Amino acid sequence: MSIGNALPHDAAPLHVTGAARYVDDIPLPQGALHLAFGLSTIAHGDITSLDLSAVRAAKGVVAVYAASDFAEMPDCSPSTHDEPLLAMGRVHYIGQPVFLVVATSHLAARKAARLAKIDYAPLPAVLTVDDALAANSRFESGPVIWAKGDAATALARALRVVEGELEVGGQEHFYLEGQIAAAIPQEGGDMLIHSSTQHPTEIQHKVAHALHVPMHAVRVETRRMGGGFGGKESQGNALAIACAIAARDTGRPCKMRYDRDDDMMITGKRHDLRIRYRAGFDDTGRVTAVAFTHLFRCGWALDLSIPVADRAMLHSDNCYHLTDVRIESHRLRTNTQSATAFRGFGGPQGMVGIERVMDHIASDLGLDPLAVRRVNFYAGMVAKAGGALPPQTPLRYLDQDEGARAVQTTPYHMPVTDFIADTLVSALEESSGYAARRAAIAKWNATSPVLKRGIALTPVKFGISFTLTHLNQAGALVHVYQDGSVHLNHGGTEMGQGLFQKVAQVAAAVFGVDIEAVKITATDTAKVPNTSATAASSGSDLNGMAAQAACVTIRDRMAAFLAERHQAQAQDVRFVAGRVNVGDADYSFAEAAALAYAGRISLSSTGFYATPKITWDRAAGKGRPFLYFAYGAAVTEVVIDTLTGENRILRADVLHDTGASLNPALDIGQIEGAYVQGAGWLTMEELVWDDKGALRTHAPSTYKIPACSDRPPVFNVSLWGHDNPEATVGRSKAVGEPPFMLGISAFMALSDAVAACGDGTRYVALDAPATPERILAAVQRQRDV
Amino acid sequence: MTDIAFHLNGTPVCLTDVPPTQTLLDWLREERRLTGTKEGCNEGDCGACTVMVTDSDGPKAMNACILFMPQLIGKSVRTVEGLVAPDGTPHPVQTAMVTHHGSQCGFCTPGFVVSMAAAHTKGRKDHDTVLAGNLCRCTGYVPIIRAAKAAESAPVPLWLQNESTPAFFSAQISSGGAGGRQPPAASHPTTADDLAQAYVATPNATLIAGATDIGLWVTKQLRDLGPVIFLGGIEELKTIEPKGDSLRIGAGVTINHLMQAVAQSLPSLAEMLRRYASDQIRNAATIGGNIANGSPIGDGPPALIALGAVLHLRQGDTRREMPLENFFLDYRKQDRLPGEFVEAVQFSTKAPNLRCYKLSKRFDQDISAVCGCFNVTIENGKVRAARLAFGGMAGIPKRAAKAEAALVGQAWTLETVTAARDAMQADFAPMSDMRASAQYRSAAAGNMLLRYFHDLAGTPVNLLEVEA
Repeated sequence: MSIGNALPHDAAPLHVTGAARYVDDIPLPQGALHLAFGLSTIAHGDITSLDLSAVRAAKGVVAVYAASDFAEMPDCSPSTHDEPLLAMGRVHYIGQPVFLVVATSHLAARKAARLAKIDYAPLPAVLTVDDALAANSRFESGPVIWAKGDAATALARALRVVEGELEVGGQEHFYLEGQIAAAIPQEGGDMLIHSSTQHPTEIQHKVAHALHVPMHAVRVETRRMGGGFGGKESQGNALAIACAIAARDTGRPCKMRYDRDDDMMITGKRHDLRIRYRAGFDDTGRVTAVAFTHLFRCGWALDLSIPVADRAMLHSDNCYHLTDVRIESHRLRTNTQSATAFRGFGGPQGMVGIERVMDHIASDLGLDPLAVRRVNFYAGMVAKAGGALPPQTPLRYLDQDEGARAVQTTPYHMPVTDFIADTLVSALEESSGYAARRAAIAKWNATSPVLKRGIALTPVKFGISFTLTHLNQAGALVHVYQDGSVHLNHGGTEMGQGLFQKVAQVAAAVFGVDIEAVKITATDTAKVPNTSATAASSGSDLNGMAAQAACVTIRDRMAAFLAERHQAQAQDVRFVAGRVNVGDADYSFAEAAALAYAGRISLSSTGFYATPKITWDRAAGKGRPFLYFAYGAAVTEVVIDTLTGENRILRADVLHDTGASLNPALDIGQIEGAYVQGAGWLTMEELVWDDKGALRTHAPSTYKIPACSDRPPVFNVSLWGHDNPEATVGRSKAVGEPPFMLGISAFMALSDAVAACGDGTRYVALDAPATPERILAAVQRQRDV
Repeated sequence: MTDIAFHLNGTPVCLTDVPPTQTLLDWLREERRLTGTKEGCNEGDCGACTVMVTDSDGPKAMNACILFMPQLIGKSVRTVEGLVAPDGTPHPVQTAMVTHHGSQCGFCTPGFVVSMAAAHTKGRKDHDTVLAGNLCRCTGYVPIIRAAKAAESAPVPLWLQNESTPAFFSAQISSGGAGGRQPPAASHPTTADDLAQAYVATPNATLIAGATDIGLWVTKQLRDLGPVIFLGGIEELKTIEPKGDSLRIGAGVTINHLMQAVAQSLPSLAEMLRRYASDQIRNAATIGGNIANGSPIGDGPPALIALGAVLHLRQGDTRREMPLENFFLDYRKQDRLPGEFVEAVQFSTKAPNLRCYKLSKRFDQDISAVCGCFNVTIENGKVRAARLAFGGMAGIPKRAAKAEAALVGQAWTLETVTAARDAMQADFAPMSDMRASAQYRSAAAGNMLLRYFHDLAGTPVNLLEVEA
C-alpha cells in the first residue's frame, strides 16, 4: 500500500544532481529573446515625458514597448482588472513596470532597461496605514465587519479589560527561483507558455485575454517551481503576458525572468497590518468579549487582498471560543507593491492577534499564558478514552448534542465539531516538559543579568477550503498504457511540497502497483482544464480525490472486463502488490492492462472532485466556509541578550495534525519548513520602506530569511496521526499552511523572555518582526518601569 | 579579453578571448548548458550557484555568480553535475539528501549539495558554518543537517580524491594565458613587483582579488569596469608571516585563511570572522580587499584597529606604512595614492582581552548593523590602554575616542564602564538605514561596552553558549 509511506520527494534524485528542470533550464528554440521591465522610480505621479530613445538604441535591443504601444492595455490582475501590464500615464509605486525591453540576451535587456529618461509630476504618496486612514484611501467602500453576540455590551460589562495595538510586518516570499516565464509561438497564432506558477489556468486565461484569443489557443505547462509560498499565485501573470505579446509580435521564443532585486521591487509580499484589540475577561482569563480592528496595507492594486483580509478575520478566534466578538477589517490602498497571497493567506495575521490578546491577559492576571489559552479553548469534541491516545487509534468524536454543552460556534457562526486542540495541547505539554522547563527558566533568569530565556506554547486551528466556494474543485487525467505503466496528471502544481508524490501514492494505491509504475507529469492546461490555484493547502485534498476518482474509474472498467472474462464478480477482482487476481487467475498489472486493451476497454479517464458540505455567505459573515480544521501546537524556548536585543531559538517541540498522513516524511518536511518560515516572519524578516516609498530591503543582502543556524537546535516534530473525521483522501488533512502559524510560539516566547526583565506591571507589547532593535526597545520599556 | 585554462568536472577547458568580467555562473548555464548551477540572487548571498573550486590549497565552495572566469586560471571546478561518478554513482551527500528528504522545491539543492561535498572532502563537521551561505526557504534546514551528518562517515569518492593533487594541475593544463588582444584589458601579474609596475602604469585599473564586492558592480550595477588586474596569481601576497608577537598578513590572504591563522591566538576575532559573510565568500574575499574597499561596515577593520594594526602600502617601489585607522579618511575615501595598493597588514596577536561583537538582524551571513571591537589593557585593576573600534557607527571604521578617554587611568569597574558608555554617545552620530536606526546603533554600541565588562568578568553574555 503506497498511501502512508514515507517516500522521498519524487524529484529528489533529480534535485540533488542538478537534473531537475526549471523554466530557466528549458532549452528554447534558436533565436530566443529576453525581456526586462523598466521600473517606476517614484511612488505616485504622472509621467510627463517618457524618452526611450537610448533604450531602443542599446546593444541587442529588438523591441521596446510602452503604454502608447497598446491599443488596449493587457491586464495582469487576478481579481478586478486594475493592474495594467505597463503604467498608463500614472505610476502607483516604486517598482511598477513602465516599459518593456525585448533584447537578444537577459543582460542586454537589463542594461537597456536602465537607459530610459522619464520625467514625472509627483503626486502625494500614501505609504503608511496612517497616511491611508487620513486620506481614506481604501478598497471597498468601507471596512468589512463581522460579528457574533454583542461585543460592545459585553466589553462594557467586563470584569477586566486589556487593550492595545500590534504592528505585524509583511514578508517577502523569497522563493529561491525568481519569477519566470517563457512563451514559444506555435502555428496559427497559438502560444505555448512555460511558467513558474501556482496557477496555470490563470496564466492561460490572462495570456488569452491579452492576445485576444480563446483559451484553447494557449497552453500552459508547469513542471515545477523553485518555491512558491503563495508568491506565484498571481505574481507571474505579468511575465507570461509580456512574453506572449513579444513572442506573438516577433515570432520568436521569449523568456523573462526577474533579477532578484527587480523581483522584490516589483512583486507583492505578505500583507503587513496593524491590529487594534480590546478584550474583556474574568479573573480566570476567560474572554467575555473581544473587538478587533485590522488595518491592512494592501498596496496599489486589489490583487487577492479581499480574500486574504477575510481569512484573517476568519482566524481571529484561533482555538478560542469567543461568545461576543466583533471584527472590523480595513483594506487600505497604499502606493507600495500590491500585497498578495503568502502561506496562510491572512490566517497568520488574524491568529497572531488573538494570541497577542491571550498573552496580554496572562500578563495582566499574572498567570501562565498557557492557562489562559486553555480556559478559552473550544469544547473538545473527542470522547476522552482516559490516558494517552496512541496514534492510529480511531478517535470517537462527540455528537453535536452529546454531553452537557451545546456545540460551540466560531465568530462566523460555524459549529466547531472536530476540535482536538485541547487533547493535542495536553499531549504536547507533557512530551515537551513545558511546566518543568518554565519553572527552570524562571530560576535561571533570576541568576542571569544579561541573558534571559522565555518559553511559550501556542496552538493552531486553521480552516481548510478556499473561502471562494467555487474554487473547491479539481480535475485529473489518468492513462493506463498497455504495458501497465500509468500516466498521472492533475491540476495541482508542484512547488516543493511533494504534492505530485502524494497524488502518485494515491494513484498507485488504487491500482495496487509500485509507485515506480506511476509517471508524474507536468501540470498542463491542455490535459486538465479550469483548475484552481494550488493554494489554500488544498493541493492533496482536491487533486488527490480527483486522481483517485479517475483511477477508480479505470480500475472498475478493468475489473468488470476481467470479471466477465472469468465469470466472477467485478468487486471480487483484486489489485494488490502489482498483481491482479480474479478467481483462480493471477495476472501482473501489465498483463491485465494488455488484456483490457485487447478487449477494447478504455484505459483513460478523467476524474473530478468538488468539496462537499461548504457554504459561505460572505456579506453576512456566516456559514461553513471550511470542510474541516487542521490543528497543531508548538512549544518554543528562546534566549535574548538584554543589552542588544539579539536572540536565538533554543528548542522547539511540535505536535501537528495531518490526519492519517499520506506521506509522513513529506508532512514532517512541511511542518519543519513552515515553522522556520513562520518564526522568520515574526523575528528577523523585516521589510523596510523609506519615506519616499522605496523598498530598501530588496535582496538577500538586506532582507534576511532564516539561515541554517537559525533553526531550533533541538527540534522535535511529531504527527498527531489520527484520522480526519471528514472523508478526505485517505482521511488525511491538509498541511501546507497550518504549521506556518506554529512560528507564533517563537514570537510569544520572546515576549516571555522580555517580560523577565520587568516586574510584571507593564505588558511587553512587542511588535513584529521582533528584530534585535524591537526587542531591545521592549527590554528598555520593562527596565524603565 | 583574456585567455584562460582550467578544469571543469575533470576535463581541461581552454578558452580564448573571454570577457574578463564574464561570470562563471553565466558561462556554465549559457555556454555549457550545465544548468544544475542556479541563479538565486546573483550577489553571493543565497548559495544556489555554489561550485567547488580546487587549487593547490584544496577544494572549497565558492559562489559562481560573482566569480569571474579569469579567477579560475589553473584551477579545477566541480559543478553539481560533476559530483556524480563517471558511472553515474551519486556522491554520498547526494544519496543522503534523497534519503533524508533534504530537498523540497529543489532549487537551492545543487548549491547545498556542492557546499556539503566540498566540506565532506575535508572531513568538516561544522555543518552550520559550512552551510551559512546556502539559503533554503522550504525545509527549515533540519533534514539537510540530518543528511550532512549521515554522510560524514562515507569516504571521499575516488573520482574526487585526485582533484587537489599538484600533479593533476601540472599534468593536464597549461598555466593559462595573460591575454589582451582586445579591450577591455585584463592582466594577471604573478609577482608583487609586476603588480606594482602594472598598477602604476594603469592607475585607473580595478584590482580584483576575491570579487565579492566588485562582482556586484558587474551583476547588479551593470558597470563596465574598464581595465582590470586580477591579483589571484600573486602568491607572495598570500603569505602569513609571524613577526615576534605580531602577524604580517598579506593583502591577498582570504578571510578563511586569516580566521585559521588567528584561531588560537585571537579566538574572539576568529569567532567573529566565522560569522563574516559565508564560507563561500570567505574563500574568495581577502583582507586586503576588505580594507582597501573602505566600507564603513566591513568587519575586518574595526577588529584590526582595536589590535593597533599597521597597514603596509606600496606604489611602484615606494612603500609606506600607517596605523590602519589613519587610512580611512571619510566615507569611501582612503589615504591611498594613484597606483598604490595594500600590500599587507600587521598586528599584534597578544591581546587576551580582545573581544569582537558583531550585531546583525541575522546571526550568520549578515552585514553588521554595528560591529564593536574592544581591546582594553588592565593593570592592577586600572585601565592602562583602551582601543574601542566600531564599524557601522560612522562613515568609516572609527575608534570611540571619548569613551576610551573615559576609561584610561580609571579603575576597571561597572561604574567606569557605564560612564564610558555614556561618553560614547558623543563619539558617534550614526545613521538610520534598513539595518538599524541611529538610536538603536548608539544604544547597542554603548551596551556592547557593558557586555564587554560582563564578558571579561566571566558572566554569561554569549547567546551561542546557551542550550535548552
